[in-house]
Amino acid sequence: MTTGTTLARDNAPTNSLIALFRSNIRQYSMLIALIAIMAFFQITTDGTLMKPVNLTNLILQNSYIVIMAIGMLLVIVAGHIDLSVGSVAAFVGAVAAVLMVDYHVNFILVIVAGLILGGLIGAAQGYWVAYQRIPSFIATLAGMLVFRGLTLAMLQGQSVGPFPTGFQKLSSGFLPDFFGGETLHITSLIISVVVSLIIVYLDWNGRRNQVKYGFEVSPFALFVVKNILISAAIIYMTYLMSSYKGLPNVLVVLFILIVAYAFFTNQTVSGRRIYAMGGNSKAAALSGVNTKKLTFLTFVNMGMLAALGGLIIAARLNVATPKAGTGIELDVIAAAFIGGASATGGIGTVIGAVVGALVMGVMNNGMSIVGIGIDWQQAIKGLVLLLAVWFDVRSRMKS
Amino acid sequence: MSSVILEMRNITKTFPGVKALDNVNFSVQQGEIHALVGENGAGKSTLMKVLSGVYPHGTYTGDIYFQGEQCQFKDISQSEKMGIVIIHQELALIPFLSIAENIFLGNEQGRRGIVNWNQTISKTQGLMAKVGLHESPNTLITDLGVGKQQLVEIAKALSKEVKLLILDEPTASLNETDSEALLELLLQFKQQGMTSILISHKLNEVKKVADSITILRDGGTIETLDSQKDLVTEERIIRGMVGRDLTHRYPPRAAEVGDVIFEIKDWQVYHPIHSDRKVIDDVNMHVRQGEVVGIAGLMGSGRTELAMSVFGQAYGKQISGSVWKRGQKIDTSSVSKAIANGLAYATEDRKNFGLVLIQPIKNNITLANLEDVSGRGGVINKPREMVVAKEYRTSLSIKSSSILQETVNLSGGNQQKVVLSKWLFSNPDILILDEPTRGIDVGAKFEIYTIINRLAEEGKGIIVISSELPEILGICDRIYVMNEGRIVGEMPAKEASQEKIMACIMQQEEVAHS
Repeated sequence: MTTGTTLARDNAPTNSLIALFRSNIRQYSMLIALIAIMAFFQITTDGTLMKPVNLTNLILQNSYIVIMAIGMLLVIVAGHIDLSVGSVAAFVGAVAAVLMVDYHVNFILVIVAGLILGGLIGAAQGYWVAYQRIPSFIATLAGMLVFRGLTLAMLQGQSVGPFPTGFQKLSSGFLPDFFGGETLHITSLIISVVVSLIIVYLDWNGRRNQVKYGFEVSPFALFVVKNILISAAIIYMTYLMSSYKGLPNVLVVLFILIVAYAFFTNQTVSGRRIYAMGGNSKAAALSGVNTKKLTFLTFVNMGMLAALGGLIIAARLNVATPKAGTGIELDVIAAAFIGGASATGGIGTVIGAVVGALVMGVMNNGMSIVGIGIDWQQAIKGLVLLLAVWFDVRSRMKS
Repeated sequence: MSSVILEMRNITKTFPGVKALDNVNFSVQQGEIHALVGENGAGKSTLMKVLSGVYPHGTYTGDIYFQGEQCQFKDISQSEKMGIVIIHQELALIPFLSIAENIFLGNEQGRRGIVNWNQTISKTQGLMAKVGLHESPNTLITDLGVGKQQLVEIAKALSKEVKLLILDEPTASLNETDSEALLELLLQFKQQGMTSILISHKLNEVKKVADSITILRDGGTIETLDSQKDLVTEERIIRGMVGRDLTHRYPPRAAEVGDVIFEIKDWQVYHPIHSDRKVIDDVNMHVRQGEVVGIAGLMGSGRTELAMSVFGQAYGKQISGSVWKRGQKIDTSSVSKAIANGLAYATEDRKNFGLVLIQPIKNNITLANLEDVSGRGGVINKPREMVVAKEYRTSLSIKSSSILQETVNLSGGNQQKVVLSKWLFSNPDILILDEPTRGIDVGAKFEIYTIINRLAEEGKGIIVISSELPEILGICDRIYVMNEGRIVGEMPAKEASQEKIMACIMQQEEVAHS
């Protein structure tokens, strides 16, 4: 994850901290913005934002947006868009509800079936986009209408619930504490320390590898400061949540997905090919990339992540409703763009999309606590999207 | 004929870290054709962008006088108002609008925002007559060939009451006939008193039409030659451009030709949309190990279509025939299979088909062979990738700040070297190079030819497609001539000449049209 940012230009004459910061400002700008927004609401809400219970809620509320934003990031990098994710999420949630409530199917089977269903829906849409050359905007607009309609039909306009507790745990459960901490959730804390150590080790190892190959690396001081900041942030956040109920299950799922997809996009051949295809699909095709198959698989992946999002929404509400997930496709798309993805494809990062989703989430949460109405929240979020992309376009033009 | 229409004095333009123009002086006489030549990166385009207001007044230092007046253009529209019109190398026409709509785009004929179509059409007809374009004004641009599109651009310039016409590489994508016609047109305009500036890499054309030639090198004016007084030869111009005598335009070739390495048999291809049109008709050809084989022919003769249909059926439908390597039939039905079987095709259109411009050099170099820099499970070994990219950057001397530089910022010659690096890294046995030196300067061309020779020496089979006959004659061992989708001639380079090649094409044309 970090090699791309820390690799100094191999001919850079000076390697001062300022120069390094300047060259990476685009990558860090949204992270800085996120911290600034958090600080702003921390003050305006008199510290409510970072209270353990609110922080936990924030994550529970936004988990499905983050999950879908990861899938959307890949779709956007590939040069496409998916407008159907909200409807697909609702439809998968509805099917899962009917299976569990009306047919009493075991919830684990239902989760697996839901993911497979999502993959099949993604495959159906991907087929039209990749092999029949229907623009993705149109194919998925059709999907958005079709699956919203099917959701209504499946639920017959009613809400279906409640679900078995096992299924609810998908969204509202927490990691068990094996150490029986009185006021603090010890397991969570241990996990956060281990994760921090792993992150530091991986970064150090990457750095050592670069030195071995004779590349210039960023100054050691920067490496130390960066790792201390990241580790401190992880452990502190976990500490806050540990004083409530510990780490939510869904956060664990989220973390695994983020790491896996960040690795996939940065370090694997297929990931690299998606970026190449989004940057110039003709050149990629003439370099031996099977662009049709890759586009198809990108949509299959999106379908599965939309399904996972839908299952989490249903589990969180403990009911499947015909209106579930209405309009969230726009939040998901906005998250990817706020995080620096390019509308023309080929540019964007998983971490960026996650940060983008968190920016939206913190703003929603903060504005609600402050007491700003849903009407103004929408307007403000719209302007933030515009500003973020404007900033990105400008900094890109300068470089 | 002796008054000065344009004078640019002490123009200096810097970009962050680079001085693109350094105290350039440039003056153009009324009514002449003034050629501006120089290697890529010498500053020709920058100078013209300063002149036309793409770089507004204040972003450069120095003065511009046009028709005696000092000019401080803020944007292109101001320079166009004065009658300075530039036609860029990449044509700026809208494909799905008609000729008339394109000519008057931004300058619509009519009042209060309502277009007067009768006036538009009649004016268009007048302009088309001036440039010798015989089409309906309602024809869509997409239905015209490149040559005719170029004429539309010129007609568009004329519609703006042009006093100084600037043409940036106007013949780069034209075949010989269309190029001839265009140059004739320029001479005709000169007789009517128009002044033009011609930027070109094709020195034979420059020599033919230019009254004066200004040579730029490394952002400075080297000299201005007057074709009346000075003895202007191509060698003379090249000496000014590269700062030394380039005694050989083509590196010497000592071919060691071995057995047949590659064969195409009974190859037939139909048009991807008009499925009854045969684009490639019964082509048979072969390449020997260590041999450089040229394919000559006019634009549209099917050379690119042949190459792309062989390379993973990237072009065409109902493809039939077989491809053989060292006597074995090979499967080239998809690009990845073609690459796996040792084929590589470097496209003629590097910006659209060759490079991912928003990605760095290193990503482009490894794109066709990522397997070679990745381990188990398709995980890329990034340090190894960097090493590979650095090797090619050094061995092909790609001028760049680092291998992390985005390819969009490289000059044409260096972009072409990145494309070549990509295909060299895929380690092919047969390389098909489609217009490998299009739009790149003399020095970089020589480097590309040297690379081609080196590859041939390593025992690869090389096919070069080129519209420049001297190039084909200069670097190939054997030449196929193509016309209208067929092979109409084959000859060893030693026995070939431009006349012979053209004769093959013409003969075929006569048969076809009698």
